[in-house]
Amino acid sequence: MKKMQYRELYCSSPRYWGGLAFLLFIILVGMGAAFFMEHNGHFVTGMSNQIVWGLPHVFAIFLIVAASGALNVASIGSVFGGPMYKPLGRFSGLLSIGLLAGGLVVLLLDLGRPDRLIVAMTTYNFKSIFAWNIILYTGFFTIVGLYLWAMMDRKFAQYKRPIGFAAFFWRLALTTGTGSIFGFLVAREAYDAAIMAPMFIIMSFSYGLAFFIITLMAAYWWADRTIGELRLAKLKNLLGVFVGAVLYFALVYHLTNLYVTQHHGVERFILLDGGIYTSLFWIGQVVIGGIIPLFLLYSPAFGHSRLALAVASLMVLVGGFFQVYVIVIGGQAFPMNLFPGKEVLESSFFDGVVAAYTPSLAEALLGIAGVAVAMTLVAIGARMLRVLPESLEDPAEGDCA
Amino acid sequence: MSHNSDQPDLRRRDFIGKTVLAAGAASIAPGVMLTMANAGSDEGVSSKVRWGMLIDTNKCADGCSACVAACNQENGIDLIERPAGQSDAMWDAQRPQWVRKVKLKDNLTGEITNLPMMCQHCEHPPCVDVCPTGASFKRADGLVLVDRHTCIGCRYCMMACPYKARSFIHQDVASQRTGTPRGKGCVESCTLCVQRLDAGDQTTACQDACNREGHQAILFGDLKNPDSEIARALKAYHSRQIRADLELNTGVRYTNI
Repeated sequence: MKKMQYRELYCSSPRYWGGLAFLLFIILVGMGAAFFMEHNGHFVTGMSNQIVWGLPHVFAIFLIVAASGALNVASIGSVFGGPMYKPLGRFSGLLSIGLLAGGLVVLLLDLGRPDRLIVAMTTYNFKSIFAWNIILYTGFFTIVGLYLWAMMDRKFAQYKRPIGFAAFFWRLALTTGTGSIFGFLVAREAYDAAIMAPMFIIMSFSYGLAFFIITLMAAYWWADRTIGELRLAKLKNLLGVFVGAVLYFALVYHLTNLYVTQHHGVERFILLDGGIYTSLFWIGQVVIGGIIPLFLLYSPAFGHSRLALAVASLMVLVGGFFQVYVIVIGGQAFPMNLFPGKEVLESSFFDGVVAAYTPSLAEALLGIAGVAVAMTLVAIGARMLRVLPESLEDPAEGDCA
Repeated sequence: MSHNSDQPDLRRRDFIGKTVLAAGAASIAPGVMLTMANAGSDEGVSSKVRWGMLIDTNKCADGCSACVAACNQENGIDLIERPAGQSDAMWDAQRPQWVRKVKLKDNLTGEITNLPMMCQHCEHPPCVDVCPTGASFKRADGLVLVDRHTCIGCRYCMMACPYKARSFIHQDVASQRTGTPRGKGCVESCTLCVQRLDAGDQTTACQDACNREGHQAILFGDLKNPDSEIARALKAYHSRQIRADLELNTGVRYTNI
């Protein structure tokens, strides 16, 4: 059996530094956008007292959810003992750290007072799910960092399994926490559902794996290394299952809501006449994020097509982004029903009407910079650490790499 | 004494020990006294009082917004300037509004109702539950307030509030009133005119304005004092909480809706 060799990601200098410079440029632009918004105040954004969480939150939640899912590949390798996934564990850990950092940067820079980070880190209200999440996020960095160490340093190999277990449970807690931010909001009809937490977990499986597949393929293309057919097929089948599961959870969530008369309004809004949100739901989330990827992943016509896998993963991400957009923005746009059985004739505060939201360019630039932060950390990490195997050729018959 | 000694009964160590103790007590006691006295004044308010409001929607006049104007003036909201280049629609959506007038029509009967809507000062406020830093807090006397020193501007409270009662400050604040500090990037909402209450006053700006207009739709007072006008009115007339299904036990109640 050939031993698995890990090596830093080397490729020709212009290609690496050029890529890195491009990412850093995006980050710089994003920083400028954040400064612009903080300096002027949020009035320069599309956010208001009606839509209080805008596009930056969509990016942040999307990245944070994907971060915990990206760790799954490592978990399958060391917790559930999947031999084909084992060599991918290190990169999976690095990617999850990168994605979480990217998401948190966006979340932080969208605060009204980002300068008060130290207050957020030192003053806790333990009844707040947001406060738990701050602890879950910092803990995630620590545990996954240790996990990465245990995977990379032979001296600590015996701790790999216990830390792997800890990381697995921590990531479940983290996504439960992120989902519960919405699930526990009793005020708004689109939220207030316990299914939000497991739904966010399954979303994280899907987005995280899609991110993993794309970055893995990109890294190997960058460095001219090879990935075996069998390994990709495994990832591909797994992604198919996750995409199907996300669709299933969306179905259950909406069916449950449809059964409750009180929620007919919000369901009608998302599914039928919500304008942009209805389009994003059906075209973005269901078709782009679900049906087309499933077709690309399972159709025999694309059986061995790497392009199909890459496109499917990309579509899962795009659809997932729209799904988070519909949950975060759509859920806020639908008016809260303060006076059941009554119609609001007049209000200066937009009671009873669908709130308008047009994201500004600055918000989008900040969000995109968050993705660039994640990718930059991964690119630098893969260049400095031995996280990627020299070759991911399929193991010979009977061998387990 | 059985043993022979030229030492006095009180041995030197005991003496020194007791002297130090006495000196220590003498120097610490005033501090302790001060701290205890200060703890009392730190509290400032007592949970024996719960401030609340009763709004008679029958008396709330269509087209009148005296309460809103009075609130804006009392709390310096009218000092907030519209940022250059902000559209009408965005100014409406982004400027803070602590109290707003809402006009309703019953879907079945067509009955028209007017009412002011503001922070309901819940006994179990969702905004306080979700605030990560504890900046949203409920005072002993029932007021739900925001500590502008620890608010990080995350807006989670605005997501959680079932009454849409909170506003985020979207722009720079050029001038403000000393009693109602305000800052860009923080969240705020109706305080039931806390600056007046803490100065010993017992009315709110909106109530005064409503009375001046001759409507007397707003009654403010101590819900826990059985002799207060508001407590007697609440006992005598049927009133309701908005979104009573959430069981937040609001401090603001409405009649005739």
